[in-house]
Amino acid sequence: MLRLIVQRLLLLIPLLLGLSVLLFAWVRALPGGPATALLGERATPEAVARINTLYGFDQPVHVQYFKYLSRLLQGDFGVSTRTGRPVLDEFLTRFPATIELTVVALIIAIGIGIPLGYVAARRAGSFLDHSSVVVSLIGVTVPVFFLAFILKYVFAVELGWFPSTGRQDPTMIATHPTNFYVLDGLLTGEWDAAWDALVHLILPGIALGTIPLAIVARMTRAAVSEVQNADYVRTARAKGIKSARLRGDHIVRNSMLPVLTTIGLQVGLLLSGAVLTETVFAFSGIGSFLAEAVFNADYPVMQGFVLMIAIVYALVNLLVDVSYGLIDPRLRRQQ
Amino acid sequence: MTDIADNTADAPVDAPADAPVDAPAEDVVLRVENLSVDFRTEGGPARAVANANLTVRRGQTVAIVGESGSGKTTLAMAVLGLLASNGSVAEGHIWFKDEDLGHISAQRMAQLRGTELGLVPQDPMTNLNPILRIGQQIDEGLIDNGLRTRRDARARTVELLDEVGLPDAARRAGQYPHEFSGGMRQRALIAMGLSGRPALLVADEPTSALDVTVQRGILDQLSGLTEELGTAVLLITHDLGLAAERADIVVVMYHGEIVEQGPARQVLTSPQHDYTKRLMAAAPSLASRRIEIARERGLEDVLDDALLAPGEEAVADGAAEADVLVSVKDVSKVFTIRGGGLLSRSKDFTAVDGVSFDIPRGSTVAVVGESGSGKSTLARMILDIEKPTTGSITFDGGLVGAGKHKEQIAYRRRVQPVFQDPYSSLDPLYSVFRAIEEPLRAHDYGDAAARRARVEELAEQVALSKGQLRRFPSELSGGQRQRVAIARALALSPELVVCDEAVSALDVVVQAQILQLLAGLQEELGLTYLFITHDLAVVRQIADRVLVMQQGRVVEEGTVDAVFDSPATDYTRALLDAIPGKDLELAL
Repeated sequence: MLRLIVQRLLLLIPLLLGLSVLLFAWVRALPGGPATALLGERATPEAVARINTLYGFDQPVHVQYFKYLSRLLQGDFGVSTRTGRPVLDEFLTRFPATIELTVVALIIAIGIGIPLGYVAARRAGSFLDHSSVVVSLIGVTVPVFFLAFILKYVFAVELGWFPSTGRQDPTMIATHPTNFYVLDGLLTGEWDAAWDALVHLILPGIALGTIPLAIVARMTRAAVSEVQNADYVRTARAKGIKSARLRGDHIVRNSMLPVLTTIGLQVGLLLSGAVLTETVFAFSGIGSFLAEAVFNADYPVMQGFVLMIAIVYALVNLLVDVSYGLIDPRLRRQQ
Repeated sequence: MTDIADNTADAPVDAPADAPVDAPAEDVVLRVENLSVDFRTEGGPARAVANANLTVRRGQTVAIVGESGSGKTTLAMAVLGLLASNGSVAEGHIWFKDEDLGHISAQRMAQLRGTELGLVPQDPMTNLNPILRIGQQIDEGLIDNGLRTRRDARARTVELLDEVGLPDAARRAGQYPHEFSGGMRQRALIAMGLSGRPALLVADEPTSALDVTVQRGILDQLSGLTEELGTAVLLITHDLGLAAERADIVVVMYHGEIVEQGPARQVLTSPQHDYTKRLMAAAPSLASRRIEIARERGLEDVLDDALLAPGEEAVADGAAEADVLVSVKDVSKVFTIRGGGLLSRSKDFTAVDGVSFDIPRGSTVAVVGESGSGKSTLARMILDIEKPTTGSITFDGGLVGAGKHKEQIAYRRRVQPVFQDPYSSLDPLYSVFRAIEEPLRAHDYGDAAARRARVEELAEQVALSKGQLRRFPSELSGGQRQRVAIARALALSPELVVCDEAVSALDVVVQAQILQLLAGLQEELGLTYLFITHDLAVVRQIADRVLVMQQGRVVEEGTVDAVFDSPATDYTRALLDAIPGKDLELAL
């Protein structure tokens, strides 16, 4: 197990190096060079020259790359051209919001998706099975931004059950030691703040969780359909064991491997790409900030965020690989 | 109770003494009465078992014999209440003691399973939950059936594993199924089936997935234990020899009906029903005759050399050497197994160790051995899928795997494989036509019309109808699928066909048909066969020469008659002795 973790962490090095080369080359390849990209097309030649000297764009490419790399290694991802704050700080203040949103979306996806898929498989061909297919299809096919707008319109604007935007009521006075707003409320004992932050997560959480929910439900259904007909399940029934044990130890646990793979891939996507949902709900996570960076040609933010998202994605998938071993002893030895 | 028709009670009086034909009624553990089982299908209900009657008494072993699809497993599963969800008891009764298992609540049935009723399933590879420790899988039955508390269960589990002859049971209980060999798994499954000390044990082909020598040990253990415990056993098998050897009563099923039953020896020595007679004739473990057609083909000069000097290297002079198609010279194959930990070293494993032999053109050479003996690796090297570590293989004078790319492609055409499992070796999405046509396309054989003509010719050779060419593998029986696999192998007119356990997955009757087909094709097309098998009975039916392999080495080589009639090594003798029912004298 330890060997696997070390191996995978070592593999991250070439991966991130390759990515840094790509990101570096991308900004250099912009029309007019990075200075023009920063200043806009009507920049004076003097201003361009000043920026070039300031950022070292006039030096040979390989020298620039190694400088870029050494800054990265020191945790210096550059400064946002829009806010003037370091990219790393911008990332760290917003990432907790995205994590909170992802967790809520996952709870919805797993909490509903796995039981739904299980019941659909156990009662294959029933009304419930067929309706779960329809629900899954809708979940996968409806665009996220559309679903987000509908949810916002119906439940926030018309019914007024949930707030429509933001992470917390702007009039609320709350302290934020960790930037995880729900956690902050619980830590500081500001229960109303925690509750308010949680309520703000519901609609974006549903919007974001729908696609993973549909996928998890389909994967679970497929896996359970197969496992419930496995020989060892019949043998377990022949042993006369209790049905709770049959469901838990024999059917569900054996079905979870493919489902776990799916969840891992989805977590990566959620953490990196809640751009649409965050934008619709004006939720200040990394997704909405990245979208703004794109509109404002804020290249240091784009570069830095892409790199950090890649690290998060790789770590989440490492976590999934490690958890395979917890479920399936055969993989422990191979790992 | 006594007035109910009881087939075994009608058996003639010359039944063996151990079959208590006139035992009192209270000795009856299971009485199946006019039982019919239906499966709901899209085309309406399908009857899998029709009007079955049988009785199992205390301490008795009753074997149900039949081919796959005969309804024998369905009958057994109906007894255990484990029919697939679309199956149900349509008519009749399953009396177990004084309860009708066909008509009791699911709850009561669940209570009986694991206590009064036990199961030893067929395939040890798929019947253990891969993610739970062996001990845990036996513990849970003991705990849920209230036989032991959570705390005492493990001690009992270790006792049970010890009882079925698993060495070092306490440590083994903490291991996972993938750390067990097939034989060990089957022992664990027997321990599991007997853990509740059931009155009736259903043993569904308990050893058909194992090597013969392992099979014997496990069956001995099983019959020893059930005798000691007085357990009644319902043994499901397709192997007549095994049934004859292990059962008191033999019940023969065919197409869902019981066509014959009675004391084992009586059924086997004077079979009444046509199907039983056919089964007897086809059973390779009983009939020692070689397929006549093999002798009739026009290659006797090659064979005579081999047959005249049994047990010796018959092919020695220059004239005979010209007829050698494949020559294997001192071939070894070493695999490197990577170490498990960070620092542990990798180990070498010698799968094939200095093997030499020739395959004369137009003959059949069989390689026998248990799993792990290196026979499949040898076949793969001859197919040029694996490269030998040392030694050489020549085919028709040329070195295998040495030529240019073009020659290697040509080699692939001249040597074709037929694999064991016709279920997994055919692409389920390819129609039969496409499966047979594929090698023709791959080797640029003619145009579409020429290929079609060739496929139809091949289908005719292997006795497949034109209509079947449009079907998909899932719509074919095992025997039909193997015919497709053979047609595919023959598509490019190969000279050598390597059959790796090509008939092992088939029922005896179908197996005999396929062997007939192969022998006929050999005569017609002058084919040379290399037959890889663990089944010595098959060897006797088809092969001219036989090589016995053990742990990568050839321990014995000779003509089939020589090896079978006077085996030179203990290992070969053990293999021969392990064939079920070989000692039975039969009226054929």
